[in-house]
Amino acid sequence: MKSKSQDATLDDLDRQILRLLQEDAKQTYGEIGNKLNVAHSTVYDRIRKMEQSGFITKYEAIVDTEKMGIPLITAQMIITTDPKETENIAKKMMRYGQVLEVATSFSEELVITAKVVAKDQAELHSFVARSVAPLPGVLRIRTAIVTKKFKEERFGIRPRKEWARLKE
Amino acid sequence: MRDEAFYFFTSIGNYTGHSAASLDEFLLKVKDIDMKSLEFHLFREDFEKWIAQTLGDSRLSDDIRSLRIQKVAGNALRDRLYLVVSRRLKELKGPVVAR
Repeated sequence: MKSKSQDATLDDLDRQILRLLQEDAKQTYGEIGNKLNVAHSTVYDRIRKMEQSGFITKYEAIVDTEKMGIPLITAQMIITTDPKETENIAKKMMRYGQVLEVATSFSEELVITAKVVAKDQAELHSFVARSVAPLPGVLRIRTAIVTKKFKEERFGIRPRKEWARLKE
Repeated sequence: MRDEAFYFFTSIGNYTGHSAASLDEFLLKVKDIDMKSLEFHLFREDFEKWIAQTLGDSRLSDDIRSLRIQKVAGNALRDRLYLVVSRRLKELKGPVVAR
C-alpha cells in the first residue's frame, strides 16, 4: 500500500516554503508569500497540503537547556548487538527519556547508534550499566561523550536546482 | 535479563560485553577480563558495592576494599583479586564445621 507521502510530490515552490519554515516556523503566510512573490493564500494552501500529506510532521520549539540552567552532557553510543535482537534492543532504547535518537547502522557489524543525554558522567554510566548493558543481545557498547559541538543542524530542504549543483 | 549481574566496563559507558551473575562467574571473569576494567571498577568501588549489596558478602567486600585502599593495580590487582575471591569461594563451598 502506498503511503500518503508517496502519492504526493513537491515542486520548487513547496521546497522553498519548507526551507523558509525550517529557518523560522513563526513567520506569517504573508511574510513567506512576500519573500517568494506569491499570494499568502497560495502559501496557506501549500502548507496545509504538506501537513496533510505528511511532509511536515510537526512544529517544535528548540530550547536552550544551558540558558535554563539544566547542565546536560551528550554522548554518542555505539551498541554492537546480536543481529537477532537488534530490532528489539532499538525498540527498548526508544522508550528511555534519556535517549534522543536511535538508529541501526551497518559497517562491519550491525550496530545501534544512539544519542543520549545525562546530568553528569555518573548518571550516564548508571544508565548504560543498568538499562542498556543488561538488555538481551547487547554484545558491546562504546560511548563517546561530546566535548564540543561544532555544528548541529537539521537537514535543510533546497530547491531542485540547488540540489543539482550540490551533486556536481 | 540479568538485573543483578555485574557488568564489566573499561570506562564510563564502555561495556566489554562481559558480565557475572554469581561469585563463580565473577572469578572466571577476573582471570581474563581487560585489566583496564578491573582498575576502573576497583577505584570506583563498584566491586565492593556489588559484592556487599547484591551478593550480601560484607567480608569479601571488605577484603576488596583493602585492595583499593592499598592502590593495588596492574597484574598484581588481577592476582590478588583472584586470590581473595577464590579463597572466599573455597570457604563458602567448604563444610561448616571442619572434620
